[in-house]
Amino acid sequence: MDLSAISPVLLLAALMVAATPILLAAIGELVVERAGVLNLGVEGMMITGAICGFITAVATGSPMLGFVGAALGGAALSLLFGVLTQYLLSNQVATGLALTLFGIGLASLLGQGYVGVRAPSVPKLDIPVLSDLPWLGPILFRHDIIVYLGLAIVAAVWWFLRHSRGGLVLRAVGENHEAAHALGYHVTRVRMAAIAFGGACAGLGGAYLSLVRVPQWTEGVTAGAGWIALAIVVFASWRPGRLVVGAFLFGGITVLQLNLQAARVQIPVEVLSMSPYIVTIVALVALSARKGRGSAAPGSLGQSFHAAR
Amino acid sequence: MKRRTLLATGASAAVAAAMGMPVRAEGHEPLKVGFIYIGPVGDGGWTYQHDQGRLAVEEHFGDAVETIYQENVPESADAERAITQMVLSGADLIFTTSFGYMDATNTVAGKFPDVKFEHATGYRRDHPNVSTYDARFYEGRAVIGHIAGKMTKTNKIGYIASFPIPEVIQGINSSFLHAKKVNPDVEMVVIWAYTWFDPAKEADAAKAMIEQGVDVILQHTDSTAPQAAAAEAGNVFTFGQASDMAAFKPSPRIASIIDNWNPYYIKRVQDVIDGTWESGHSWGGMAEGEVVIGEITDAVPADVKAEAEAMIAAITAGEYHPFTGPINKQDGTPFLAEGEVATDLQLVQMDFYLEGMLGDIPS
Repeated sequence: MDLSAISPVLLLAALMVAATPILLAAIGELVVERAGVLNLGVEGMMITGAICGFITAVATGSPMLGFVGAALGGAALSLLFGVLTQYLLSNQVATGLALTLFGIGLASLLGQGYVGVRAPSVPKLDIPVLSDLPWLGPILFRHDIIVYLGLAIVAAVWWFLRHSRGGLVLRAVGENHEAAHALGYHVTRVRMAAIAFGGACAGLGGAYLSLVRVPQWTEGVTAGAGWIALAIVVFASWRPGRLVVGAFLFGGITVLQLNLQAARVQIPVEVLSMSPYIVTIVALVALSARKGRGSAAPGSLGQSFHAAR
Repeated sequence: MKRRTLLATGASAAVAAAMGMPVRAEGHEPLKVGFIYIGPVGDGGWTYQHDQGRLAVEEHFGDAVETIYQENVPESADAERAITQMVLSGADLIFTTSFGYMDATNTVAGKFPDVKFEHATGYRRDHPNVSTYDARFYEGRAVIGHIAGKMTKTNKIGYIASFPIPEVIQGINSSFLHAKKVNPDVEMVVIWAYTWFDPAKEADAAKAMIEQGVDVILQHTDSTAPQAAAAEAGNVFTFGQASDMAAFKPSPRIASIIDNWNPYYIKRVQDVIDGTWESGHSWGGMAEGEVVIGEITDAVPADVKAEAEAMIAAITAGEYHPFTGPINKQDGTPFLAEGEVATDLQLVQMDFYLEGMLGDIPS
């Protein structure tokens, strides 16, 4: 065993990177669920965003345009879900699962011919003074811009939900769509906007995998990250602040697992490999056990709304 | 009564299908050759090379042969279904190209005695219509281990391993042995990924190694993700695995081990056409042209390159075996005496590290 080989600074820096894709996907899904819609298609939207972003980046040579393409791709796919569930009133759970399957297939199709292609690399931010700080510099200030964008989106969502009128409307729609409708708010329109935002965020998360973390296109590149994002939303009990904790916890364990192996810590590999999932399950159980007084879930979550009812 | 008739008809149809009777017409041309792949054809590694073999067969035989393939077949119950499906669609010869298809291949082979099966890297031949084939990857590992030992500055070499099976352990031991010969201070850091193909995990494993001071990475997984991670880190060298991975030349990729299945596939298809196909085990290496070292780039100093080429020549000529004693096991007990050469049986049963390796093989 040689724990000294693990540098805590580099480990924490790797954690920031590992957490970013699930953080992005989860914050989008959080907004969707706060609006009362359960979209289980996160994995499908992520992988569609991953390939859309990759194609755009390769075609234009600009990774930033790639992320724009990813957000548009994810949003487009999510609007398909929106039309089906909000206007045609299909079952949200079934439609969301179908969206995942569809998204994975669509991404494979789009990705034909992009396997093994190298994408333009995303520049790392180098802030003159801050990046050179001991400890904090490498951990916080030497990442690519998407890491900060992810955190900024979380902060913006927190402010929007808590302090803005729009956020209040969105929460009202999610808690009780009948009441929100009676007050004169357009439930369906609010929900469509939330769904599109969720899709765009999931797309960004997927593109972070295909453009920064891996970085290349291969089928199945998201490898279940979308499902983890869904779990983190529940883990966070639909609050942006806790969402960050959840994403870092999960990303951290993945990174730590590989680092411990490289440092030859005598823990069975299988235990390390399954540890992220165990921690997620334990956290979910602990959370639901602590909340004795009902669920923290939005009141109208997963229910279809029709104005004529 | 009607329902019972229907059931009976259905049952007999199912039996007929299981026996493979109505679907396989006698004496049909051309010969249909099927391939079962573990990853996508575009993985740029293991499956890509098998597919190159398939294309070589098509080119060699032209209209006399028709090939079919299925990608991304998991090493689970799905494999049995996929192989059966391929038989039912009329394949006469099927190559199943991953270790984990061993049981499925033998099960299906028992049901269809007229179809020939070739299982890559396995050892079970339960039926006379099953052959196994493998390549002596450890020969190539010896050469890149030598280069790695010379190229590392931190004296830490990383090895992204897939599963703890003899084939992978041979590779770790062979490369470690030859790195140690040229650099006694060298240490090998092994990460077991428990996958053949998972780009995100392979990239993370490479990054974890680099963060811990590894500056040369060998991989026994199939994607190019570790190459990309090394390219990003800079000052880290890698080797192409299974395929040349030429996109990462001249650095980080400084050489590669290429699996060249073309000669074997063409030979076996010819055997079926000639009616001389027999069950057996083939284990070709550099001499047979099945293991090839890709271009050694200019990032490697000329003298190291010359030494590597000399080793390739010696192995190809049969003058040098990578596992030649004296070699001790990790616990210090003797494995091979002075001048003794490992037998094939010793190699296929290898389940221990050699002396000087740190850590344990997960059981």
